[in-house]
Amino acid sequence: MTELIIASIMTMMTAATPLMFAATGELICERSGVLNLGLEGMMLIGAVFGFAAAAVTGNATLGLLVAATSGAFAALIFGILTLNLLSNQVATGLALTIFGTGLSALVGVDYVGETIDQIGSIHIPILSDIPIVGRLLFGHDPLVYLAILILLGASWFLSRSRWGMILRAVGDSDVSAHAIGYPVIAIRFAAVTFGGLMAGLGGGYLSLVYTPLWAENMTAGRGWIALALVVFASWRPARVLFGAILFGGITILQLNAQAAGLGIPAAFMSMLPYIATIVVLVLISRDAIKIRLNAPACLGRPFRAER
Amino acid sequence: MPTITPNSQIDQLGGEILLEARGISKGFPGVWKHLILDHIDFDVRAGEVHTLLGENGAGKTVIANILSGYYGKTAGEIRVKGQPVDLRSPRDGLRHGIAMVHQELMLVPAFTIAQNVMIGLQTSSFSFPLRKVEKRIGELAARYQLKVDPRARVEDLSAGEQQRAEILKVLFHEPEVLLLDEPTSLLTPHEADHLFVVLRAMAQEGKGIVFITHKMKEVFAVSDRVTVLKLGKTQGTQPIANTNERELTRKTFGETVPEYMERPPVRTEDKAIDVKNLVPQSMENKGPALGLSFELRKGEILGFAGVAGNGQTELIECITGLRRAERGEIIMLGRNMANRSPRAFIELGVAHIPERRREMGVVEPMFVAENVVLKDYRKAPFSNRSVLNRKEITRHSKELVARFNALVPDLWETESRILSGGNIQRLILGRETWQRPPIIIASHPTEGLDAKAIRHTWELFLALRENGSAILLVSEDLDEIMSLSDRIGVLFEGAIVGLVDAKSADREQLGRWMAGGASEAGAP
Repeated sequence: MTELIIASIMTMMTAATPLMFAATGELICERSGVLNLGLEGMMLIGAVFGFAAAAVTGNATLGLLVAATSGAFAALIFGILTLNLLSNQVATGLALTIFGTGLSALVGVDYVGETIDQIGSIHIPILSDIPIVGRLLFGHDPLVYLAILILLGASWFLSRSRWGMILRAVGDSDVSAHAIGYPVIAIRFAAVTFGGLMAGLGGGYLSLVYTPLWAENMTAGRGWIALALVVFASWRPARVLFGAILFGGITILQLNAQAAGLGIPAAFMSMLPYIATIVVLVLISRDAIKIRLNAPACLGRPFRAER
Repeated sequence: MPTITPNSQIDQLGGEILLEARGISKGFPGVWKHLILDHIDFDVRAGEVHTLLGENGAGKTVIANILSGYYGKTAGEIRVKGQPVDLRSPRDGLRHGIAMVHQELMLVPAFTIAQNVMIGLQTSSFSFPLRKVEKRIGELAARYQLKVDPRARVEDLSAGEQQRAEILKVLFHEPEVLLLDEPTSLLTPHEADHLFVVLRAMAQEGKGIVFITHKMKEVFAVSDRVTVLKLGKTQGTQPIANTNERELTRKTFGETVPEYMERPPVRTEDKAIDVKNLVPQSMENKGPALGLSFELRKGEILGFAGVAGNGQTELIECITGLRRAERGEIIMLGRNMANRSPRAFIELGVAHIPERRREMGVVEPMFVAENVVLKDYRKAPFSNRSVLNRKEITRHSKELVARFNALVPDLWETESRILSGGNIQRLILGRETWQRPPIIIASHPTEGLDAKAIRHTWELFLALRENGSAILLVSEDLDEIMSLSDRIGVLFEGAIVGLVDAKSADREQLGRWMAGGASEAGAP
């Protein structure tokens, strides 16, 4: 029984990790005032290019780097379209998801069914050998720790650093930031790119560590869950950690419930993260002030400096 | 007027020329043929307050934005202490010691004052010295008597406090030149007087202050020199001692507007509006417990004065059906209209000239003709069984556009978005009043119009009054309220704090009511 619980918690963390990566990136992006709905597409692009790189070179770490870079490239396209050419962020984001789905399927045709060397769990002598706690705290793969570190870093960055403050100013009042001389578009570019980088990493984690293999459309809606997660967390990084584990947990619960033969339909379980998000949204919307304080005021609004 | 030679930086006025504009022009090509700014020469010296006077749309804001690096210019040269500079961004402006306080304040609402100040600082450190900034704000606040709490969130502050915060924010950069764009527009008369003391103190320290206004009285309260702008052209610069109010008024407006519009007395006691104990939604805990009560007779103009944010918007929205009334009655033409739909108000004959004309008065991306029939399109002759009668709409729009002198390139090709605020207002006035409605609710109806158009509007209102319309006029412009109203009420914190006959109204008294009754309230 203990073994089962430990195993469940371990898989819950691996399920939460891609959500953490993607949601942290999207959170930073949204805090700068840009809504990128292309998360699912960027994750798929990261997943397929990462996997392809690892399959060709045999180096999974290199695969992760490629995954992150390709995600960032996809975000860059989004940035040029929405920030420079002022296209609609919602429409462009949806287009990016559709584009990513198609591109990844095309690139991935040759890699379906191939396997690679997985990045394994870390093993720290002594610490990892402590019964139960050792495995729970020190027995994950390194990327789990990286995701948590980046998340905590983002939290510190937003609330404690000067640049985080500037980023929030850009997202909350772009004209004010412009008036004191900050390059609003450049800052948003940086945030969008970071969002793509993280989404790519999240996708790469799926194809290189979580499964590890490539299957068409393998993100299976995780990009959308990560998007929902940002709202669920009301744009606070610390809450993303909690939400990611919760949503990851629901995914695992769903698998276990199926395995155990409980009569709950799988489709119902897949709905849970979204239902949770809607409930949270309804709850925080009841207090109009609260949602106004949390959501970046300029989210989704194009900015153009008048000259 | 002293002649200024570019090489002599010191002239008989004493101060060094800190900032200078030579032949600045600005045009937005393609939209309008005339230039927004037409070869403007302007300068500000150390130790002076130089006022830029002009009507709305004269180009005051544009020249200030160009001088602070916010806008680019089409032609001309900017010099700082005699050296030509190229200002590509607001940051360039700050680097050259030029700071601007915008009319719409540039503060992040969710941040505290100290945080707002801090993000503007040019430090290389990754982290920030919040405590130091708070301390320094305290020092600056004491030096200039600008009382604020550095840890207060901007969105919780009053308009006056926000403005003090904005001024402190730019003072942090130790600017040599400070441009203030209509800084008194959100202030009570008393707060404005205090601001003038602060500006004089800054000038005394050797800063150059550029003060922008369209209010004549303020010019004489604070300036050393004054430059008049009219339709993008400068009408010359003068020391304040060499001019007087009449000359400046003539230069600014061309034509003067009357102090009081003569009219026969109100003829009837019939009530058009009878509001009893009205508590608008969201005012439950702010206004008086008993709510608002007032009445308006047919053929009467009731003016409500008050600083923005004292319940005017809530009141107007309630009596046009746009906001819920929590309690109370709104009797209009004998019917209780509380919490009826906006369309019910329109069908009763309540015309609404809204404050935010671009957002609420028109649908900006729609064509002019469509906006003209925005309220009447459902009825014959503009539509027949849900099919629009384009010919009839065109005829009607053409007529209204001509009658109200709106400058409109084309009825069916011009999106209302590209019209100036004044022209949009002309369209709204036409649309709302052509049927001579029994009740008119007008919010800031002449803001942004030139003197001729203001006079036309006032005459229109008086003609409608003569015809029996009841007009509720809400305006921040005391002159307008005093010229047009039969009775004047003052709103403060959601309550009517004073109500007088316009003929016996006294500007001082109204000003005191606007500041909350007590004479010293509203300023530090």
